[in-house]
Amino acid sequence: MNVPSQSLFRAGPGEKRRAPAVSRRRRGTSEGPRMSAVLAVPAAVTAAFALLPLVYLTVRSLEHGFGYAWDIVADGRTAHLLVRSLSLALVVVAASVLIGVSLAWLTERTALPAPRLWAVLATLPLAVPSYVMAFSWLSAFPSLAGFRGAALVLSLACSPYVYLPVAAALRGIDPAQEEAARSLGHGALGVFLRITLPQLRHAVGGGALLVALYVVADFGAVSLMRYDTFTRAIHTSYRASFDRTPAAVLSCVLVLLTALLVLAERRARGRARLAGTGRGSPRPAERLPLGRLRGPAVGWCALVAGAAVAFPLGSLGYWIAQGTSATWDPAELADTAWATARLAAAGAALTILLALPVGVVAARHRTRTAHLLEQASFAGHALPGITVALAMVFLSVRYAYALYQQWPLLVMAYAMLFLPLAVTAVRTAVLQAPPELEYMARSLGRGPLGTLRAVTVPLAAPGIATGAALTFVVIMKELPATLLLRPTGMDTLATRLWTHTGVAAYAAAAPYALALILIAAVPSYLLGRHR
Amino acid sequence: MTELRVRGLTKTYRRGEPVLRGLDLNVAGGELTAVLGPSGCGKTTLLRIIAGFVEPTGGTVAVGGRVLSGPGVRIRPERRAIGIVAQEGALFPHLSVARNITFGLTALARPDRRARAGELLELVGLAGLDARMPHELSGGQQQRVALARALAPRPSVVLFDEPFNALDSSLRGGLRDDVRAALRATGATAVLVTHDQQEALSVADRVAVLREGRVEQHGTPEEVYRQPASMWVAGFVGDAVLVPASAAGGIAHTPLGRVPLTTDARTTDADGDGTALLRPEQLRLGAADASATRGTVTDIRFHGHDTVALISVGGLPRAVAVRHAGPLALRPGDSTGLTITGTATFYPDAPPPSSDAATAEARAQRVR
Repeated sequence: MNVPSQSLFRAGPGEKRRAPAVSRRRRGTSEGPRMSAVLAVPAAVTAAFALLPLVYLTVRSLEHGFGYAWDIVADGRTAHLLVRSLSLALVVVAASVLIGVSLAWLTERTALPAPRLWAVLATLPLAVPSYVMAFSWLSAFPSLAGFRGAALVLSLACSPYVYLPVAAALRGIDPAQEEAARSLGHGALGVFLRITLPQLRHAVGGGALLVALYVVADFGAVSLMRYDTFTRAIHTSYRASFDRTPAAVLSCVLVLLTALLVLAERRARGRARLAGTGRGSPRPAERLPLGRLRGPAVGWCALVAGAAVAFPLGSLGYWIAQGTSATWDPAELADTAWATARLAAAGAALTILLALPVGVVAARHRTRTAHLLEQASFAGHALPGITVALAMVFLSVRYAYALYQQWPLLVMAYAMLFLPLAVTAVRTAVLQAPPELEYMARSLGRGPLGTLRAVTVPLAAPGIATGAALTFVVIMKELPATLLLRPTGMDTLATRLWTHTGVAAYAAAAPYALALILIAAVPSYLLGRHR
Repeated sequence: MTELRVRGLTKTYRRGEPVLRGLDLNVAGGELTAVLGPSGCGKTTLLRIIAGFVEPTGGTVAVGGRVLSGPGVRIRPERRAIGIVAQEGALFPHLSVARNITFGLTALARPDRRARAGELLELVGLAGLDARMPHELSGGQQQRVALARALAPRPSVVLFDEPFNALDSSLRGGLRDDVRAALRATGATAVLVTHDQQEALSVADRVAVLREGRVEQHGTPEEVYRQPASMWVAGFVGDAVLVPASAAGGIAHTPLGRVPLTTDARTTDADGDGTALLRPEQLRLGAADASATRGTVTDIRFHGHDTVALISVGGLPRAVAVRHAGPLALRPGDSTGLTITGTATFYPDAPPPSSDAATAEARAQRVR
């Protein structure tokens, strides 16, 4: 058999595509080396850490007996909240999948003018906190308040969660597959639907899950849009009464909802791995000419970027222009920005450190234990910041008073909240590194830990760095947990923004919002540019 | 010189048919055995079990008398001192050539490691490429680095997983020779898995033919080719001319004429009807005189180094293949004489596959 000479140069070590798919799947799943203690123990620690707030919620919920808790669950208002949260999540997921997949395909695979620019713009909404976006739209169009406004703002804010993994997956698919399909007589659309899209389903599924979780746990945007979901109701209930049990019970229902979302994503992903998508393709795909659709394509990208990035910035610019130098202090802004960045860096570092073992286990082992560990680490995203904060207050007051109202407690809360993001990033990154290389390392005498350090982590480093940057960004934007857990006298950009907005001092709030956007835009920009 | 012993190896994946069904294999120290079989015969699973990546369902694997896999024993891959060269090299893409090679040399001091890398690069013919990154190498060079990396920690056994598969056929020969030379130089015991019978016959000291999870035959390349243990093996390792024969006193009578039988324990006392195996190069074309069998040329296939003529002979349902070195001055329709050289292998009580179903199946599997 003559191998075309071209494939010689394409036979890079990262691609192993020739082996029959079935046997490869078998090898990579249950038949690899067993999960070693080096991974299992830290992963279990992470899972236990992530489950701590949930344990507290259960304890609080049942403090006054099971009957009392059940009465709250059975209340008609709970069902009403469920419908409101779910319908919002459904609409936002659909919209952000539409936005994320279309932008990813346009920027990665078509002859769109200035694709790099649009790629950066597509990731920038990450830097615009959903409550800032809500504020900017609401201050211009007060009639948006309610479901429409919440759906619009959250869809725009969440689309990068679909865009980023889908764009990465598109870059990973060997263009030879699509070329083969074209040569077999399928049109561009047919190839996209039959070859490309099926391979994107893990990326789309993972992204959609993140979006759904984000919507269900969002507090800032729905509060500003005055649309009652679980989180807003929990917050109101906590603030309004001394009895914290209803807040805890509602949180438990919310966690149940998210658990179902995680299970649904699991089922969708099935047993399939990221077969066929290696670590980046050796040559980029040919870009598809858009022809007459060029105008509409650019228009669509511009519409999304305008609504998600330009409009909020313009709105903030307007409010800043309205203000005077007397309404805000630059030195105070700088101090707050520095404090926020330091907190976020510490939070991101701790989160990635904790996510590492779980992400590797989730990528390499498809056992029941691995499922449980990964799902446990996803608990955080299902818990609104306010409840994680409550759990930390409760635990520190009772078991570690020295930590009460200290920054390490807040950093731990961040890690609990954003583990899902980091675990997803680590898992995806590790999946891109062929397990074959780990086998090689083992056969060359490295143990599980040595293999992790010398092969898996360096290969997955770009993906893990992406995860760290994402975590940094979302921590900078975090509001409810920071509001409750920040040390006395310490403010972050988000809390200052919130305080000023609370007293309708929009002109004073605007510089903080802008600073928040600019700082958070740096990692987003790097994500879009750095591949 | 370390012997590899595999005894009664079985493997059944969670769902489905057993992949290995009581496989036995001995590889003497310093020897290179090719494990040859069609896809799905379990050869890759065998390799991965020896390497320790996959746990067998039953049976034992021992190297130099030390049990690596067996009842209650499971030595981890990193403690086995078994090197492996993967299909497409599987070099670490983030490490330079030198650091790939020294990857397994954690116990050595840094200067020693560098020296060893240089030594191995020399051995595989890539001296001076230490600083290159894997993506800057051609496929053949990557395989050489993969070999150097596997040999660096001086493993007692080296495993090759179809290492020449991804290479241009023009590169394969050279690399094969270099692999042999490198193995000789290091004295390592080696197992090479392949589905390419030419590769197996030309590179290995011994060939083990695998079929459906068992070793169907294990012998020198000559034995496997000249005296296949079954008609399936005969068809799998090369072109086979299988003709009905009746044997008496060590001579087979066939429609192609009389031919002495290869004397081995299996066939000496086998008198009666059966099938005789000849290879196309054992048939000679010549004048259609009394000593020869008459036949008619039906097709001529020119391969460059040789020519295969298909000759139809009375009494045989199908034309027989005759391999002739160099070009041939015959054309389809010509009549010719046919004589047999050498000896035939006899399969008693087995009719030759009438529609050549068995050999066709074996050939089809071989071609894959």
